[in-house]
Amino acid sequence: MATKKKTIRTIPQERTPVREQDPQARAKNFSEVSLGYQLDDALREAERCLMCPDQPCVRGCPVGIDIPGFIRKISEKNFHGAYDTLTDTNLLPAVCGRVCPQETQCEGVCTVGDVLAPVAIGRLERWVGDLAIKEGWANIPYIEPNGFKVGIVGSGPAGMACAADMAKAGCDVTVYEAFHQAGGVLKYGIPDFRLPNEVVDAEIERLVRLGIKFECNTLVGRLFTIEQMISEMGFHALFVGTGAGYPSFMGIPGESFNGVLSANELLTRCNLMRAKEFPNFDTPLQPGRRVAVIGAGNTAMDAMRVSLRLGAEKVYCIYRRTKTEAPARAEEIHHAEEEGIEFHWLTSPVEILDDGKNNVRGMRCIRMELGEPDESGRRRPVPVAGSEFEFEADAVVFAIGTNANPILGQTCKFKLNRRGYIDADDDLATSITGVFAGGDIVTGAATVIEAMGAGRKAARSMKAYLGLRDSDVVYLPERAGGAGKLFGIDLSERGYARVRIA
Amino acid sequence: MQETKKDTGFEIVTREDFSDVTYLLEIRHPLMAKAARPGQFVIVMLHEHGERIPLTIADFDRNKGTITLVIQAVGKTTKEMQQNCRQGTHLYAIVGPMGIPSHIGKAKKVVCVGGGLGVAPIFPQARAYKESGAYVIGVVGFRSRELMFWEDRFRACCDELIVCTDDGSAGIRGLVTAGIKQAIAKHSDIDEVVAIGPPVMMKGCAEATRSARIKTMVSLNPVMVDGTGMCGGCRVKVGGKMMFACVDGPDFDGHQVDFDDLMFRLRRFVPTEKAALERWQDSCRMKIPPIERLELPDPFEEVKGG
Repeated sequence: MATKKKTIRTIPQERTPVREQDPQARAKNFSEVSLGYQLDDALREAERCLMCPDQPCVRGCPVGIDIPGFIRKISEKNFHGAYDTLTDTNLLPAVCGRVCPQETQCEGVCTVGDVLAPVAIGRLERWVGDLAIKEGWANIPYIEPNGFKVGIVGSGPAGMACAADMAKAGCDVTVYEAFHQAGGVLKYGIPDFRLPNEVVDAEIERLVRLGIKFECNTLVGRLFTIEQMISEMGFHALFVGTGAGYPSFMGIPGESFNGVLSANELLTRCNLMRAKEFPNFDTPLQPGRRVAVIGAGNTAMDAMRVSLRLGAEKVYCIYRRTKTEAPARAEEIHHAEEEGIEFHWLTSPVEILDDGKNNVRGMRCIRMELGEPDESGRRRPVPVAGSEFEFEADAVVFAIGTNANPILGQTCKFKLNRRGYIDADDDLATSITGVFAGGDIVTGAATVIEAMGAGRKAARSMKAYLGLRDSDVVYLPERAGGAGKLFGIDLSERGYARVRIA
Repeated sequence: MQETKKDTGFEIVTREDFSDVTYLLEIRHPLMAKAARPGQFVIVMLHEHGERIPLTIADFDRNKGTITLVIQAVGKTTKEMQQNCRQGTHLYAIVGPMGIPSHIGKAKKVVCVGGGLGVAPIFPQARAYKESGAYVIGVVGFRSRELMFWEDRFRACCDELIVCTDDGSAGIRGLVTAGIKQAIAKHSDIDEVVAIGPPVMMKGCAEATRSARIKTMVSLNPVMVDGTGMCGGCRVKVGGKMMFACVDGPDFDGHQVDFDDLMFRLRRFVPTEKAALERWQDSCRMKIPPIERLELPDPFEEVKGG
C-alpha cells in the first residue's frame, strides 16, 4: 500500500466533508461551528495527498510547515510523529488549523487542487492539534540554556511564534502582555465558535512548558520602556509584536452616539471579558436588536456572528463594494450567510441617526457602484447621486480596519513610518539595535499565520544578531542550504542524538 | 508566572475609609510606583469575573513601592471592592500607568482644582507643580467638613488652599467654580488651571476660565475596556476631532472638550450597570448597610465625594 504510487485517479476523489453545527442551532450558541474530523475522516483525507515531489503547499505556508511530511505520518498512523513534524515549524497547530486562510495559502496551491478539490490540509492540521491537546503531547526538545535573555512585547501570534523559537534555541524568554490573560487577538478577537479560548490556553500551556514566562498586566512603554528593558533589565534582544489594534472610524456624523462601537470593543467585551455570560461576569454589553456591521472582512464577520449569538434579531452587513471584493474568507462569508446575516453590498453609511436621546436609531446610507480599479487593484466604489436612504438599526459596529497602536511610538524611540507603524527592514530589525518587530505593528492588519511567520522570521534574525546557530541549519540543513552534509557528515548517516547547538 | 500571579495578584497594603462611599487603597507594585507620573491612570480588575475599570492614580510612593487609589463606591464593582478589599487581600489585576502624563510645564502660577472623585488625583499634580517651582493654588470641593480628607497633604504642597463645601461647614460655601472665581479675582497672572472631577464639574471649571482665557486642562475618565487604544470605547470629542482618552489623553484642553458628548457616552451602560448592582446586592451573602440611593450617579449631576 505504502509503496504503491498514488495518482490523481487512485486517491479519494471527494474532499472529506467536515461535520458542522446546524446553522439554526449554532446561531444561538457560542460552541464551535466546525466539529472537526474524526479518525476515519482524517485517515481518508490523508490518502488524498499525492506526496508530489514539487510540494507547492510548503512554499504556500507562511511558516513553511512540512505538510506532506505530517500527512504521510497520519497515513502511517504515527499521529504523535505527525504532531512532532507540525510543531517543528508551527507551535500552534490547533489554532492555525482553525483560523488560517488555507484556501489562499497551502490549499490554494495544492497539486490535487488543479483537478479536484485540494487536500483539506487545515482540517488535518486541526485534527492533529486537537488530538495532541487531548493526549497531552508536547514537542519539547532538550534545551541547553545559552544565557541570553529575550523579551517579547505582546503575547499574540507573532510574539508566541518568536518566543517559541527563541526558547527552543536556549534563550530565557519572557513574554509581556497588557491584558490580564495571554493570547492577544486569539483571546480577545477571535470568537469561541471559531477558536475556543480553551484551545488557546492549551497551546499557551505548551509554551510555558518550553520554559517561556508570561507576564500579564504589563503595559510595555508605560510601565517600562524598550530602552529600559535593554539598559536596566538586562535583555539581550527584544521582539515587538503589539499588533495594530487602534480601531478606525469613518468620521461621519453621529459616531459618538450610544450604540456605536468598534468591532474590537464588541469582540473584546464578548470574548475576553465574557460579557456574553453577564451578569456572571461583570463586563456589560448593551445588546442590539438590529445590528448593522460596517465592513466585510473577517473581523466584520466575527462581529456579525457574535451579535447574532448575543440575541440580535437582525444582523446586517453593510459594505461599499460587492461580495467579490469582500476581504473576508469565503468560508466565513458562507457561514455568515447560512446563519442568516443579511448582506447589503454596494452600500455605505453617510450619517448615523439618533432617537433624540443620543441612542442610535438608524443610519442614512448611500448606494455605491464600482468604478475604475484603485491602487489595491479592486474597483473603487463611487456613490450614486441621489440614492440616499434610511436604514433602521439600534447598534452600529465599525469593522473597517485598524491603525497602528501609538503607545510604543509615544514612549520609545522607534523610527515609525508615515502611517505610524514601526519601521523594520527586511530582517525585521527596527531602528533600535537588538530590537526586532513583526506582525500587524509593522505590516498593518493581516492574518494570524502571517503574524506567526513574521515572529519566526524575526526569531531567525534575532538568532543571527545574538550569534546563535539557527536550529534549521542543524535539523533541516536541506532547507537551510546545507548541501546534504552536516558538519561534514552525510545526512543519510545521521544517527546522532538531538542536541542543542546554540 | 501566570499561574502564581493568578493566586496572589497585587497586594493591598493599606486601606483607609474617608466616608461611607470613599475609600483609599494602597497597592504594592514597585515597578508602577517607579514609572507613575501625575495624571496617569490604571485599570483594575477585582477578580477573574470582574470588569476592567479605569481609576486615576491618586499618589505613588517610589520608596515604599506602592501606588494609591482613592475610590468612590458608586457601581457594582466599586461597591464590591469596598466590601472585599482589605489590607492583605489582593486585586486580581492592575495594569498601568496608562495615558500620557500631565505636562508639568513652566507655568509660574497654577490653580489645581479637585472635586468629588477628583480631589485625590489632583494631589500629585499639585505636588509636581510645587516641585517645578510654581505658585500653587489648590481648590478642593467636599460635601461637608466631615468628609474632607488630605487637607494636610494639600496644605503641604499648596501656597494657598481654597476649600469649598456644599453646606459651608468648612472654607467657602459653594462649588469649586466659586473657588476658581475667587482665585482669579485675587490673582491676575494665573497661567494654568488643572481640574479633575466629575464631567459636569470640569465643564463648569472650563466655563469659569473661558472668559479670562486661562489655559484649562481637564482629565477625562470615560468608559474603557483595555486602556491601550484597542477598543475605542473611550473616544471623546475634542476640538471637533475624535480622540481616544486612553492613549491620546487622558488630559485635554478643557475649552475644546465636548462635555455633553462625554456625559451622554458615560450613560451607555446605565441599565446594565443598574441590573448588575441590584443583582449583586440581592445575592450578597454579607450584610451590607442600607444604601440610601440605589440609582447610580447621573454623570450630569455633580457627585460630591469625600
